[in-house]
Amino acid sequence: MRVALLGFGSVGQGVARMLGEKDLGLTLTALADSKGGIIDPDGISVPEAFSRKEKSGSCGGQRPKVSALDIVNSDAYDVLVEVTPTNIETGEPALTHIRKALGLRRHVVTSNKGPIALAYRELTRLAGEKGVALRYEATVAGAIPIIHTLRHGLLGNTVAALFGVMNGTCNYILTRMEDEGLSYDQALGEAQEMGYAEKDPTYDVKGLDTALKLVILANTVWGMDAGLADVQVTGIDLITPEAIQLAMEEETAIRLIGEAIPSRDLLRVSPRIIPRNHPLLVEGTLNALTVVADMAGELTFIGKGAGSIETASAVIGDLLYIRERYAGIPEGRPDARRP
Amino acid sequence: MKLEMKDTPGQLVRVLEPISVCGGNIIAVIHQRDPESESEKLDVQIVLDLPAGRLPALIDQIKALGVDILRIGKERLLHKRSLIMIGHIMHTDISDTVDQIDRTGFAEVSELSLKMPAISERSSARVTIKTANRTDMESAVAILREVAGRKELLVVEPLEEWA
Repeated sequence: MRVALLGFGSVGQGVARMLGEKDLGLTLTALADSKGGIIDPDGISVPEAFSRKEKSGSCGGQRPKVSALDIVNSDAYDVLVEVTPTNIETGEPALTHIRKALGLRRHVVTSNKGPIALAYRELTRLAGEKGVALRYEATVAGAIPIIHTLRHGLLGNTVAALFGVMNGTCNYILTRMEDEGLSYDQALGEAQEMGYAEKDPTYDVKGLDTALKLVILANTVWGMDAGLADVQVTGIDLITPEAIQLAMEEETAIRLIGEAIPSRDLLRVSPRIIPRNHPLLVEGTLNALTVVADMAGELTFIGKGAGSIETASAVIGDLLYIRERYAGIPEGRPDARRP
Repeated sequence: MKLEMKDTPGQLVRVLEPISVCGGNIIAVIHQRDPESESEKLDVQIVLDLPAGRLPALIDQIKALGVDILRIGKERLLHKRSLIMIGHIMHTDISDTVDQIDRTGFAEVSELSLKMPAISERSSARVTIKTANRTDMESAVAILREVAGRKELLVVEPLEEWA
């Protein structure tokens, strides 16, 4: 199966590295970042793409110049992997890339929250009409296969509620305030130094990232047409070290929790008090999600919510799912099929 | 409450029935029979959780069964929830904030723990509210949320167990 990869940041590089290193039966035939691209029907050398990125700042560099959009419109691929940076206002340029690829009857795998949160209905309908797949496991909770679990593993269950810690940046800051008695500003500064928080941390600490993920989960599970405006959002930027101490005095902790309960018409992101022995109480940059299902009961998943290779795990899982489902390759793990 | 009833088969079950009719929840039944005792009467102690205002009806129904109520313990508010408020808690009249809960008649602030790092900085407080049942608790928390919103205080609520 031929793969076109748009975006060569942390996630794109992780995906490229795994496509190069692992024998998955996937061929990287097109690759682009914001500065340029490359198409090679025989397969692109991943080490060469990395060295071009290091020398010239772009993984592409083909002449005449090839753009991301040229790749989308080409015949060079079967599946588009869209991992360009998220824009929560317009979803662009990813939204255009995904729309065009689906329109051309190509499967799409993305880690990009913008288009999935903003245009879920439109994009899933388009994929359905064209008979292709739109998969977005990597948009929520990194390596945790929560979308696959909700869409496939829990089929037949009625899901009553979802709760979770879905932002590693916030969880890191709160954990450090708790462990070291740091102020919010000190913990944020440390998170920025460690590369866990952006220079402008607004999107994470104000709860917007968690809200987007909650919207994606709610739309996936309940077929809602929810958007950011439907979520009540409170961030962690006003939490004081004293508040954390007060919580600790009662054997509890404060965490940023996203919560969806359709029976109460509730989509909410807010800092909450949880007992120290609660399954959602995870440390550092970890993510944790609890699903309440009628047959399965309560299930809690804990894992790495970000990271280059961890997020690549979600993208690769989607790619291989598409290959099994659409390319007539028997189901199951590739390593389990080998004699 | 402590009851005195006839030591005959089925009597205890008959006494427990009105409790569920009144919407109560039995927490413990303590029933010790002294093997030496020749008495035909039996003392039973029952600890229960009852919606506010239902106690007089329950007493009437138990008495109607011919059972004596020896003693009724203190009514206690059983539901407890701690919330944390952050902001200019003192300058926005903390006693008014507490009073808004206390004056409901169904909820009370039973504990308040305040930390003030410096005069101009935001302070943090842990407020413990007690009510007789969950519905009253939800109403009390809604009031606190509304008051805090007006006073521009952030309220950090516990994540309730899914039940």
